[in-house]
Amino acid sequence: MDSTVATGTEEKTWGGGNQPLKASYGKMMMWFFIVSDALTFSGFLAAYGFSRFKFINEWPIADEVFTHVPFLHGQELPMIYVAFMTFILIMSSVTMVLAVDAGHHMNKAKVTIYMFLTIIGGAIFVGSQAWEWATFIQGDYGAVQTKGGNILQFGEYVTVDGVEKFKRVSIDDIAIAQASVRAAHERKNGLWFVDESTLPPYTVSEIYAGLAANENILVRNQLLTEDGHKTVLSREESLKQIKENGKLVVKGANLHVNEYGTTLFADFFFFITGFHGFHVLSGVVINIIIFFNVILGTYERRGSYEMVEKVGLYWHFVDLVWVFVFTFFYLV
Amino acid sequence: MAHEHKLEIFRGLVKFKSNTSKIWGVLIFLTIVTAVEVVLGIYKPEFLMSTWMDPIEGSGFFSTLGNILLSPIVYMKPLNLIFILLTIVKAYYITWDFMHMRDETGSFRKMVVWTAVFLICYLIFILLQEGGYVFNVYNGEDALIKKDF
Repeated sequence: MDSTVATGTEEKTWGGGNQPLKASYGKMMMWFFIVSDALTFSGFLAAYGFSRFKFINEWPIADEVFTHVPFLHGQELPMIYVAFMTFILIMSSVTMVLAVDAGHHMNKAKVTIYMFLTIIGGAIFVGSQAWEWATFIQGDYGAVQTKGGNILQFGEYVTVDGVEKFKRVSIDDIAIAQASVRAAHERKNGLWFVDESTLPPYTVSEIYAGLAANENILVRNQLLTEDGHKTVLSREESLKQIKENGKLVVKGANLHVNEYGTTLFADFFFFITGFHGFHVLSGVVINIIIFFNVILGTYERRGSYEMVEKVGLYWHFVDLVWVFVFTFFYLV
Repeated sequence: MAHEHKLEIFRGLVKFKSNTSKIWGVLIFLTIVTAVEVVLGIYKPEFLMSTWMDPIEGSGFFSTLGNILLSPIVYMKPLNLIFILLTIVKAYYITWDFMHMRDETGSFRKMVVWTAVFLICYLIFILLQEGGYVFNVYNGEDALIKKDF
Protein backbone atom coordinates (compact mmCIF):
# COMPACT_ATOMS: atom_id res chain seq x y z
CA MET A 1 0.00 0.00 0.00
CA ASP A 2 2.78 2.40 0.91
CA SER A 3 4.52 1.94 -2.39
CA THR A 4 1.55 3.06 -4.47
CA VAL A 5 2.56 5.95 -6.66
CA ALA A 6 0.15 8.82 -6.48
CA THR A 7 -0.40 10.27 -9.91
CA GLY A 8 -2.97 12.73 -8.80
CA THR A 9 -5.69 11.33 -11.02
CA GLU A 10 -7.13 8.66 -8.71
CA GLU A 11 -10.07 10.77 -7.73
CA LYS A 12 -11.09 11.55 -11.30
CA THR A 13 -13.55 9.35 -13.19
CA TRP A 14 -11.06 8.10 -15.75
CA GLY A 15 -8.26 7.80 -13.19
CA GLY A 16 -9.91 5.02 -11.24
CA GLY A 17 -11.95 7.23 -8.98
CA ASN A 18 -15.15 5.72 -10.25
CA GLN A 19 -16.48 2.41 -8.89
CA PRO A 20 -19.51 1.58 -11.01
CA LEU A 21 -19.83 -1.95 -9.60
CA LYS A 22 -19.43 -0.85 -5.98
CA ALA A 23 -17.30 -3.91 -5.24
CA SER A 24 -13.67 -3.95 -4.17
CA TYR A 25 -10.99 -5.39 -6.40
CA GLY A 26 -10.42 -8.43 -4.17
CA LYS A 27 -14.06 -9.36 -3.95
CA MET A 28 -14.53 -9.02 -7.69
CA MET A 29 -11.51 -11.20 -8.43
CA MET A 30 -12.82 -13.82 -6.01
CA TRP A 31 -16.07 -13.82 -7.95
CA PHE A 32 -14.25 -14.23 -11.26
CA PHE A 33 -12.18 -17.07 -9.82
CA ILE A 34 -15.42 -18.70 -8.68
CA VAL A 35 -16.86 -18.39 -12.20
CA SER A 36 -13.83 -20.13 -13.69
CA ASP A 37 -13.85 -22.81 -11.00
CA ALA A 38 -17.57 -23.33 -11.57
CA LEU A 39 -16.75 -23.99 -15.22
CA THR A 40 -14.16 -26.58 -14.21
CA PHE A 41 -16.68 -28.40 -12.05
CA SER A 42 -19.44 -28.21 -14.62
CA GLY A 43 -16.96 -29.59 -17.14
CA PHE A 44 -16.42 -32.58 -14.85
CA LEU A 45 -20.10 -33.10 -14.20
CA ALA A 46 -20.99 -32.74 -17.89
CA ALA A 47 -18.24 -35.26 -18.70
CA TYR A 48 -19.86 -37.57 -16.13
CA GLY A 49 -23.15 -37.15 -17.98
CA PHE A 50 -21.44 -37.82 -21.29
CA SER A 51 -19.78 -41.00 -20.06
CA ARG A 52 -22.94 -42.15 -18.39
CA PHE A 53 -24.65 -42.09 -21.78
CA LYS A 54 -22.35 -44.87 -22.96
CA PHE A 55 -23.55 -47.13 -20.17
CA ILE A 56 -26.96 -45.64 -19.62
CA ASN A 57 -28.62 -49.07 -19.55
CA GLU A 58 -26.22 -50.48 -17.00
CA TRP A 59 -25.08 -47.62 -14.78
CA PRO A 60 -24.76 -48.57 -11.09
CA ILE A 61 -27.71 -47.56 -8.91
CA ALA A 62 -26.39 -45.07 -6.35
CA ASP A 63 -28.95 -46.20 -3.77
CA GLU A 64 -27.38 -49.66 -3.80
CA VAL A 65 -23.82 -48.37 -3.66
CA PHE A 66 -23.91 -45.79 -0.89
CA THR A 67 -25.93 -47.55 1.77
CA HIS A 68 -23.65 -47.33 4.76
CA VAL A 69 -23.81 -45.13 7.82
CA PRO A 70 -21.03 -45.12 10.45
CA PHE A 71 -21.75 -47.16 13.60
CA LEU A 72 -24.78 -48.79 11.98
CA HIS A 73 -23.30 -51.96 10.59
CA GLY A 74 -25.22 -54.25 8.32
CA GLN A 75 -28.11 -51.85 7.80
CA GLU A 76 -29.01 -50.62 4.37
CA LEU A 77 -29.71 -46.91 4.67
CA PRO A 78 -29.29 -45.36 1.27
CA MET A 79 -28.76 -41.61 1.06
CA ILE A 80 -28.96 -40.97 4.80
CA TYR A 81 -25.29 -40.31 5.35
CA VAL A 82 -24.87 -38.18 2.22
CA ALA A 83 -27.87 -36.14 3.27
CA PHE A 84 -26.19 -35.65 6.64
CA MET A 85 -22.99 -34.52 4.90
CA THR A 86 -24.97 -32.07 2.77
CA PHE A 87 -26.62 -30.69 5.86
CA ILE A 88 -23.25 -30.28 7.62
CA LEU A 89 -21.87 -28.33 4.68
CA ILE A 90 -24.94 -26.08 4.41
CA MET A 91 -24.74 -25.56 8.17
CA SER A 92 -21.09 -24.52 7.96
CA SER A 93 -22.08 -22.16 5.16
CA VAL A 94 -24.58 -20.61 7.55
CA THR A 95 -21.99 -20.10 10.28
CA MET A 96 -19.70 -18.56 7.66
CA VAL A 97 -22.32 -16.08 6.55
CA LEU A 98 -23.01 -15.28 10.21
CA ALA A 99 -19.28 -14.60 10.64
CA VAL A 100 -19.40 -12.24 7.66
CA ASP A 101 -22.43 -10.53 9.17
CA ALA A 102 -20.68 -10.17 12.53
CA GLY A 103 -17.68 -8.77 10.66
CA HIS A 104 -19.88 -6.05 9.20
CA HIS A 105 -20.73 -5.06 12.77
CA MET A 106 -17.03 -5.21 13.72
CA ASN A 107 -17.84 -7.77 16.40
CA LYS A 108 -14.57 -9.63 16.84
CA ALA A 109 -15.81 -12.14 19.44
CA LYS A 110 -18.68 -13.30 17.27
CA VAL A 111 -16.54 -13.53 14.13
CA THR A 112 -14.12 -15.74 16.06
CA ILE A 113 -16.83 -18.10 17.29
CA TYR A 114 -18.52 -18.42 13.90
CA MET A 115 -15.24 -18.92 12.05
CA PHE A 116 -14.37 -21.67 14.52
CA LEU A 117 -17.71 -23.41 13.97
CA THR A 118 -17.21 -23.14 10.20
CA ILE A 119 -13.83 -24.84 10.47
CA ILE A 120 -15.35 -27.62 12.59
CA GLY A 121 -18.11 -28.14 10.02
CA GLY A 122 -15.58 -28.33 7.22
CA ALA A 123 -13.47 -30.83 9.15
CA ILE A 124 -16.51 -33.04 9.81
CA PHE A 125 -17.35 -32.94 6.11
CA VAL A 126 -13.83 -33.86 4.97
CA GLY A 127 -13.74 -36.67 7.54
CA SER A 128 -17.10 -37.97 6.33
CA GLN A 129 -15.89 -37.93 2.77
CA ALA A 130 -12.77 -39.87 3.75
CA TRP A 131 -15.00 -42.44 5.45
CA GLU A 132 -17.22 -42.60 2.38
CA TRP A 133 -14.17 -43.23 0.20
CA ALA A 134 -12.85 -45.91 2.53
CA THR A 135 -16.19 -47.71 2.51
CA PHE A 136 -16.42 -47.49 -1.26
CA ILE A 137 -12.86 -48.75 -1.76
CA GLN A 138 -13.32 -51.59 0.69
CA GLY A 139 -16.43 -52.82 -1.04
CA ASP A 140 -19.50 -54.63 0.06
CA TYR A 141 -20.53 -57.96 -1.43
CA GLY A 142 -17.88 -58.52 -4.06
CA ALA A 143 -18.50 -59.59 -7.64
CA VAL A 144 -17.01 -61.39 -10.63
CA GLN A 145 -15.73 -59.41 -13.57
CA THR A 146 -16.22 -60.95 -17.01
CA LYS A 147 -13.84 -61.04 -19.93
CA GLY A 148 -15.73 -58.11 -21.42
CA GLY A 149 -15.26 -56.08 -18.24
CA ASN A 150 -18.84 -56.46 -17.03
CA ILE A 151 -19.77 -57.16 -13.44
CA LEU A 152 -21.73 -60.20 -12.24
CA GLN A 153 -23.13 -59.99 -8.72
CA PHE A 154 -24.71 -62.63 -6.51
CA GLY A 155 -27.91 -62.83 -4.55
CA GLU A 156 -30.97 -64.87 -3.74
CA TYR A 157 -34.70 -64.32 -3.60
CA VAL A 158 -36.01 -63.96 -0.09
CA THR A 159 -39.49 -63.09 1.12
CA VAL A 160 -39.61 -60.23 3.60
CA ASP A 161 -43.05 -59.22 4.93
CA GLY A 162 -44.73 -61.10 2.10
CA VAL A 163 -42.75 -59.28 -0.59
CA GLU A 164 -40.24 -61.20 -2.66
CA LYS A 165 -36.95 -59.39 -2.84
CA PHE A 166 -33.59 -60.02 -4.39
CA LYS A 167 -31.12 -59.98 -1.52
CA ARG A 168 -27.43 -59.65 -2.27
CA VAL A 169 -25.08 -62.36 -1.06
CA SER A 170 -21.42 -61.74 -0.34
CA ILE A 171 -18.75 -63.72 -2.17
CA ASP A 172 -17.28 -64.50 1.25
CA ASP A 173 -20.38 -66.57 2.01
CA ILE A 174 -20.40 -68.65 -1.15
CA ALA A 175 -16.77 -69.21 -2.08
CA ILE A 176 -15.50 -72.71 -1.43
CA ALA A 177 -11.77 -72.71 -0.81
CA GLN A 178 -9.69 -74.82 -3.18
CA ALA A 179 -6.07 -75.73 -3.11
CA SER A 180 -4.26 -73.30 -5.34
CA VAL A 181 -0.65 -73.01 -6.36
CA ARG A 182 -1.00 -69.45 -7.47
CA ALA A 183 1.07 -67.17 -5.20
CA ALA A 184 1.47 -63.45 -5.43
CA HIS A 185 4.51 -62.52 -7.45
CA GLU A 186 6.91 -60.46 -5.38
CA ARG A 187 10.23 -58.96 -6.33
CA LYS A 188 12.03 -61.33 -4.01
CA ASN A 189 10.60 -64.54 -5.46
CA GLY A 190 10.69 -63.80 -9.17
CA LEU A 191 11.91 -61.28 -11.65
CA TRP A 192 13.23 -58.44 -9.54
CA PHE A 193 12.02 -55.77 -11.94
CA VAL A 194 8.47 -57.10 -12.18
CA ASP A 195 5.90 -56.47 -9.49
CA GLU A 196 2.33 -57.61 -8.99
CA SER A 197 -0.47 -56.12 -6.95
CA THR A 198 -2.39 -58.10 -4.36
CA LEU A 199 -4.23 -61.12 -5.70
CA PRO A 200 -8.05 -61.17 -5.50
CA PRO A 201 -9.42 -62.85 -2.36
CA TYR A 202 -10.79 -65.78 -4.34
CA THR A 203 -10.35 -67.39 -7.72
CA VAL A 204 -13.22 -67.62 -10.17
CA SER A 205 -13.29 -71.41 -9.85
CA GLU A 206 -13.75 -71.13 -6.09
CA ILE A 207 -16.73 -68.86 -6.67
CA TYR A 208 -18.08 -71.21 -9.34
CA ALA A 209 -17.82 -74.18 -6.99
CA GLY A 210 -19.71 -72.22 -4.34
CA LEU A 211 -22.36 -71.16 -6.82
CA ALA A 212 -22.83 -74.75 -8.00
CA ALA A 213 -23.18 -75.94 -4.41
CA ASN A 214 -25.81 -73.37 -3.41
CA GLU A 215 -28.99 -74.06 -5.37
CA ASN A 216 -30.75 -70.82 -4.46
CA ILE A 217 -28.01 -68.36 -5.41
CA LEU A 218 -28.50 -66.48 -8.65
CA VAL A 219 -26.36 -64.09 -10.65
CA ARG A 220 -27.43 -60.67 -11.76
CA ASN A 221 -25.71 -58.69 -14.45
CA GLN A 222 -25.34 -54.93 -15.02
CA LEU A 223 -28.25 -54.43 -17.38
CA LEU A 224 -31.17 -52.44 -16.03
CA THR A 225 -34.68 -53.75 -16.60
CA GLU A 226 -37.71 -51.66 -17.51
CA ASP A 227 -38.46 -50.86 -13.88
CA GLY A 228 -34.90 -49.81 -13.08
CA HIS A 229 -33.57 -52.95 -11.38
CA LYS A 230 -30.61 -55.05 -12.44
CA THR A 231 -31.40 -58.15 -14.51
CA VAL A 232 -31.40 -61.38 -12.51
CA LEU A 233 -30.37 -64.42 -14.53
CA SER A 234 -31.87 -67.88 -14.35
CA ARG A 235 -30.02 -70.62 -12.49
CA GLU A 236 -28.61 -72.25 -15.66
CA GLU A 237 -27.64 -68.92 -17.14
CA SER A 238 -25.98 -67.91 -13.86
CA LEU A 239 -23.74 -70.97 -13.87
CA LYS A 240 -23.02 -70.58 -17.57
CA GLN A 241 -22.04 -66.92 -17.27
CA ILE A 242 -19.62 -67.47 -14.39
CA LYS A 243 -18.10 -70.53 -16.01
CA GLU A 244 -17.66 -69.11 -19.52
CA ASN A 245 -17.14 -65.40 -18.94
CA GLY A 246 -15.88 -65.06 -15.37
CA LYS A 247 -12.33 -63.79 -15.34
CA LEU A 248 -11.57 -61.96 -12.10
CA VAL A 249 -13.02 -61.81 -8.61
CA VAL A 250 -13.48 -58.20 -7.55
CA LYS A 251 -13.97 -56.80 -4.08
CA GLY A 252 -14.35 -53.08 -3.66
CA ALA A 253 -13.48 -50.42 -6.14
CA ASN A 254 -10.45 -48.62 -7.45
CA LEU A 255 -9.49 -46.97 -10.72
CA HIS A 256 -9.18 -50.33 -12.52
CA VAL A 257 -12.07 -52.40 -11.26
CA ASN A 258 -15.36 -51.66 -9.55
CA GLU A 259 -17.54 -54.30 -7.93
CA TYR A 260 -20.63 -52.07 -8.22
CA GLY A 261 -20.61 -51.96 -12.01
CA THR A 262 -18.90 -49.91 -14.68
CA THR A 263 -15.38 -48.88 -13.77
CA LEU A 264 -16.08 -45.37 -15.10
CA PHE A 265 -18.50 -44.88 -12.21
CA ALA A 266 -15.68 -45.40 -9.72
CA ASP A 267 -13.30 -43.25 -11.75
CA PHE A 268 -15.70 -40.32 -11.81
CA PHE A 269 -16.59 -40.82 -8.16
CA PHE A 270 -12.95 -40.60 -7.11
CA PHE A 271 -12.20 -37.74 -9.47
CA ILE A 272 -15.16 -35.45 -8.81
CA THR A 273 -15.65 -36.01 -5.09
CA GLY A 274 -11.86 -35.99 -4.73
CA PHE A 275 -11.54 -32.65 -6.50
CA HIS A 276 -14.37 -31.28 -4.40
CA GLY A 277 -12.87 -32.72 -1.23
CA PHE A 278 -9.59 -31.03 -2.11
CA HIS A 279 -11.48 -27.75 -2.40
CA VAL A 280 -13.02 -28.30 1.01
CA LEU A 281 -9.62 -29.13 2.47
CA SER A 282 -8.02 -26.00 1.04
CA GLY A 283 -11.06 -24.02 2.19
CA VAL A 284 -10.55 -25.31 5.73
CA VAL A 285 -6.86 -24.37 5.59
CA ILE A 286 -7.67 -20.85 4.35
CA ASN A 287 -10.38 -20.56 7.02
CA ILE A 288 -7.85 -21.50 9.70
CA ILE A 289 -5.44 -18.81 8.47
CA ILE A 290 -8.22 -16.22 8.53
CA PHE A 291 -9.35 -17.49 11.94
CA PHE A 292 -5.92 -16.77 13.41
CA ASN A 293 -5.84 -13.39 11.70
CA VAL A 294 -9.15 -12.60 13.36
CA ILE A 295 -7.83 -13.68 16.76
CA LEU A 296 -4.66 -11.62 16.29
CA GLY A 297 -6.82 -8.61 15.49
CA THR A 298 -5.47 -8.03 12.00
CA TYR A 299 -8.85 -7.05 10.61
CA GLU A 300 -9.73 -5.06 13.71
CA ARG A 301 -6.69 -2.89 13.01
CA ARG A 302 -7.41 -2.82 9.29
CA GLY A 303 -10.83 -1.49 10.11
CA SER A 304 -12.65 -3.94 7.89
CA TYR A 305 -13.48 -7.63 7.95
CA GLU A 306 -13.73 -7.82 4.17
CA MET A 307 -11.17 -10.64 4.05
CA VAL A 308 -13.64 -12.83 5.96
CA GLU A 309 -16.21 -12.00 3.31
CA LYS A 310 -13.89 -12.96 0.44
CA VAL A 311 -12.96 -16.27 2.02
CA GLY A 312 -16.63 -16.73 2.80
CA LEU A 313 -17.41 -16.48 -0.89
CA TYR A 314 -15.02 -19.34 -1.59
CA TRP A 315 -16.51 -21.40 1.22
CA HIS A 316 -20.06 -20.89 -0.04
CA PHE A 317 -18.91 -21.86 -3.50
CA VAL A 318 -17.64 -25.18 -2.15
CA ASP A 319 -21.08 -25.72 -0.66
CA LEU A 320 -22.71 -24.74 -3.95
CA VAL A 321 -20.64 -27.29 -5.86
CA TRP A 322 -21.55 -30.01 -3.37
CA VAL A 323 -25.24 -29.34 -3.94
CA PHE A 324 -24.69 -30.22 -7.60
CA VAL A 325 -22.40 -33.18 -6.92
CA PHE A 326 -25.02 -34.52 -4.50
CA THR A 327 -27.73 -34.28 -7.15
CA PHE A 328 -25.82 -35.80 -10.03
CA PHE A 329 -23.98 -38.51 -8.13
CA TYR A 330 -26.50 -39.65 -5.58
CA LEU A 331 -29.93 -38.67 -6.83
CA VAL A 332 -30.18 -38.61 -10.62
CA MET B 1 -19.00 0.56 7.04
CA ALA B 2 -22.62 0.62 6.05
CA HIS B 3 -23.93 -2.57 4.53
CA GLU B 4 -27.36 -2.53 3.08
CA HIS B 5 -29.04 -5.91 2.89
CA LYS B 6 -32.15 -6.67 0.96
CA LEU B 7 -34.22 -8.64 3.41
CA GLU B 8 -36.95 -9.98 1.17
CA ILE B 9 -36.98 -13.47 -0.31
CA PHE B 10 -39.55 -15.22 -2.55
CA ARG B 11 -40.07 -11.94 -4.46
CA GLY B 12 -41.11 -10.06 -1.35
CA LEU B 13 -43.44 -12.74 0.00
CA VAL B 14 -41.28 -13.16 3.11
CA LYS B 15 -39.52 -10.18 4.61
CA PHE B 16 -37.09 -10.64 7.47
CA LYS B 17 -36.35 -8.15 10.22
CA SER B 18 -32.57 -8.53 10.18
CA ASN B 19 -29.88 -10.10 8.07
CA THR B 20 -29.29 -12.76 10.71
CA SER B 21 -32.90 -13.90 10.73
CA LYS B 22 -32.85 -13.99 6.93
CA ILE B 23 -29.84 -16.35 7.06
CA TRP B 24 -31.70 -18.73 9.39
CA GLY B 25 -34.80 -18.48 7.24
CA VAL B 26 -32.85 -19.45 4.14
CA LEU B 27 -31.25 -22.33 6.05
CA ILE B 28 -34.68 -23.67 6.97
CA PHE B 29 -35.78 -23.40 3.35
CA LEU B 30 -32.66 -25.17 2.04
CA THR B 31 -33.06 -27.92 4.63
CA ILE B 32 -36.66 -28.50 3.60
CA VAL B 33 -35.67 -28.70 -0.08
CA THR B 34 -32.87 -31.17 0.72
CA ALA B 35 -35.25 -33.26 2.83
CA VAL B 36 -37.74 -33.38 -0.05
CA GLU B 37 -34.95 -34.52 -2.39
CA VAL B 38 -33.82 -37.25 -0.01
CA VAL B 39 -37.36 -38.54 0.56
CA LEU B 40 -38.05 -38.61 -3.19
CA GLY B 41 -34.66 -40.29 -3.73
CA ILE B 42 -35.40 -43.05 -1.23
CA TYR B 43 -39.02 -43.77 -2.16
CA LYS B 44 -38.89 -43.00 -5.90
CA PRO B 45 -42.65 -42.63 -6.53
CA GLU B 46 -43.79 -44.83 -9.40
CA PHE B 47 -45.53 -42.10 -11.38
CA LEU B 48 -42.34 -40.04 -11.54
CA MET B 49 -40.22 -42.86 -12.90
CA SER B 50 -41.28 -42.86 -16.54
CA THR B 51 -41.51 -39.95 -18.96
CA TRP B 52 -44.91 -38.40 -19.47
CA MET B 53 -44.34 -37.72 -23.15
CA ASP B 54 -42.69 -39.73 -25.92
CA PRO B 55 -40.12 -38.14 -28.25
CA ILE B 56 -41.51 -36.73 -31.49
CA GLU B 57 -41.37 -39.34 -34.25
CA GLY B 58 -39.28 -38.92 -37.38
CA SER B 59 -35.79 -37.74 -38.13
CA GLY B 60 -36.54 -34.49 -39.93
CA PHE B 61 -35.23 -31.08 -38.94
CA PHE B 62 -38.25 -29.97 -36.93
CA SER B 63 -38.74 -33.20 -35.04
CA THR B 64 -35.03 -33.22 -34.13
CA LEU B 65 -35.16 -29.59 -33.05
CA GLY B 66 -38.38 -30.22 -31.15
CA ASN B 67 -36.84 -33.16 -29.33
CA ILE B 68 -33.78 -31.09 -28.38
CA LEU B 69 -35.97 -28.30 -27.04
CA LEU B 70 -38.26 -30.70 -25.21
CA SER B 71 -35.45 -33.00 -24.07
CA PRO B 72 -36.01 -32.35 -20.33
CA ILE B 73 -39.54 -33.71 -20.75
CA VAL B 74 -39.26 -36.37 -23.44
CA TYR B 75 -35.95 -37.96 -22.47
CA MET B 76 -35.72 -37.33 -18.75
CA LYS B 77 -37.68 -39.01 -16.00
CA PRO B 78 -39.85 -36.44 -14.18
CA LEU B 79 -38.11 -37.42 -10.94
CA ASN B 80 -34.70 -36.43 -12.30
CA LEU B 81 -36.14 -33.21 -13.70
CA ILE B 82 -37.50 -32.40 -10.22
CA PHE B 83 -34.09 -33.11 -8.67
CA ILE B 84 -32.34 -30.79 -11.12
CA LEU B 85 -34.88 -28.00 -10.68
CA LEU B 86 -34.69 -28.24 -6.88
CA THR B 87 -30.88 -28.14 -7.12
CA ILE B 88 -31.03 -24.96 -9.17
CA VAL B 89 -33.41 -23.47 -6.59
CA LYS B 90 -30.93 -24.32 -3.84
CA ALA B 91 -28.05 -22.89 -5.88
CA TYR B 92 -30.04 -19.68 -6.35
CA TYR B 93 -30.58 -19.14 -2.64
CA ILE B 94 -26.98 -20.03 -1.73
CA THR B 95 -25.68 -17.55 -4.29
CA TRP B 96 -28.21 -14.81 -3.66
CA ASP B 97 -28.39 -14.87 0.12
CA PHE B 98 -25.27 -16.60 1.44
CA MET B 99 -22.94 -15.09 -1.13
CA HIS B 100 -24.85 -11.78 -1.02
CA MET B 101 -25.45 -11.66 -4.75
CA ARG B 102 -28.79 -10.01 -3.94
CA ASP B 103 -26.92 -7.02 -2.52
CA GLU B 104 -24.49 -6.50 -5.41
CA THR B 105 -25.15 -4.02 -8.17
CA GLY B 106 -27.20 -5.36 -11.06
CA SER B 107 -24.41 -5.11 -13.60
CA PHE B 108 -21.94 -7.00 -11.41
CA ARG B 109 -24.50 -9.72 -10.76
CA LYS B 110 -25.18 -10.10 -14.47
CA MET B 111 -21.48 -10.11 -15.28
CA VAL B 112 -20.94 -13.13 -13.05
CA VAL B 113 -24.20 -15.03 -13.42
CA TRP B 114 -24.92 -14.64 -17.12
CA THR B 115 -21.36 -15.56 -18.09
CA ALA B 116 -21.40 -18.69 -15.95
CA VAL B 117 -24.91 -19.74 -16.94
CA PHE B 118 -24.28 -19.24 -20.65
CA LEU B 119 -20.99 -21.15 -20.68
CA ILE B 120 -22.32 -23.97 -18.51
CA CYS B 121 -25.39 -24.38 -20.73
CA TYR B 122 -23.12 -24.50 -23.75
CA LEU B 123 -20.88 -27.14 -22.14
CA ILE B 124 -23.85 -29.26 -21.14
CA PHE B 125 -25.42 -29.01 -24.58
CA ILE B 126 -22.23 -30.01 -26.41
CA LEU B 127 -21.34 -32.91 -24.12
CA LEU B 128 -24.81 -34.36 -23.80
CA GLN B 129 -25.46 -34.06 -27.54
CA GLU B 130 -22.25 -36.02 -28.15
CA GLY B 131 -23.30 -38.39 -25.37
CA GLY B 132 -26.43 -39.25 -27.34
CA TYR B 133 -24.25 -40.09 -30.32
CA VAL B 134 -21.90 -42.20 -28.22
CA PHE B 135 -24.92 -44.01 -26.81
CA ASN B 136 -25.82 -45.10 -30.33
CA VAL B 137 -22.26 -46.16 -31.07
CA TYR B 138 -22.31 -48.37 -27.98
CA ASN B 139 -25.90 -49.54 -27.94
CA GLY B 140 -27.34 -49.01 -31.41
CA GLU B 141 -28.48 -51.86 -33.63
CA ASP B 142 -25.28 -51.84 -35.66
CA ALA B 143 -23.01 -51.24 -32.67
CA LEU B 144 -19.51 -52.56 -33.13
CA ILE B 145 -18.95 -52.91 -29.39
CA LYS B 146 -19.42 -56.38 -27.96
CA LYS B 147 -20.08 -56.73 -24.28
CA ASP B 148 -19.02 -60.30 -23.67
CA PHE B 149 -17.19 -62.64 -25.95
